Amino acid sequence: MPFIVEQSGAITVISVTGHLIVANRQELKHVVLERLRTGDREFLVDFAETGYIDSSGLGVLVSLSKKVREQGGELRLAALNEDLRTLFQLTKLDTLFTIVDSREEGLRDS
Amino acid sequence: MDPELIFHLPSDVLRIEDAVEKVVARCHRIIELERRASRVRMNLRVALSEALSNAMLYGNGADRSKRVRVELTITAKAIITRVTDEGPGFDYEHVPDPTTPESLLKPDGRGIFLMRRLLDEVSFNDRGNSVTLLLRRDPVRRE
Repeated sequence: MPFIVEQSGAITVISVTGHLIVANRQELKHVVLERLRTGDREFLVDFAETGYIDSSGLGVLVSLSKKVREQGGELRLAALNEDLRTLFQLTKLDTLFTIVDSREEGLRDS
Repeated sequence: MDPELIFHLPSDVLRIEDAVEKVVARCHRIIELERRASRVRMNLRVALSEALSNAMLYGNGADRSKRVRVELTITAKAIITRVTDEGPGFDYEHVPDPTTPESLLKPDGRGIFLMRRLLDEVSFNDRGNSVTLLLRRDPVRRE
């Protein structure tokens, strides 16, 4: 399982350990939607242990962010390294998400 | 120049990760000391992943009986990867810009855009079922 899910107060933290790509995007979607269904509203996706993200991975983040927002919550991103941050900048998705430097910052600033 | 590596894959997205690593590992054996090695780590990985995903899902219509051919050629100046599917071809000239405000919230449509932004050259054959990805090398000069 490339995703580790933990609860920190009201925040659901999902660590992506590996790649977020076309082959596993549905797993992330399932995890977030299931948590959303049971009442979670604040999500922090931690990319500290992530290799790379493809366009399908970016797409699932866009789609989940929209669904979470529709329920009054927020899906934020944490710990993008320089390479991953470049992907968000190139696609201008850095304008769509709140991106924090680390999981600690994401938990502190919630 | 003969390809460094040629292999075929079924149209199964679960095979993409291993295929990408196979190509990147072969590149790294050769260009480990180059300044642009980090571009192989990220840019080639993402672009090749996109090309394989497009070939399997759109080119071959996710039909597992159809195969995708991968060719890697490494010249003195570039790393060239060609991905070819068995499909009818793709209209690569009419790909909308995914960064416009109206496209930003769409979950798809970023694959070709990313390939073009991450690599030095991306070209298609006339039929549109074969994409060639070119990443220029930047060898470290020895004094």
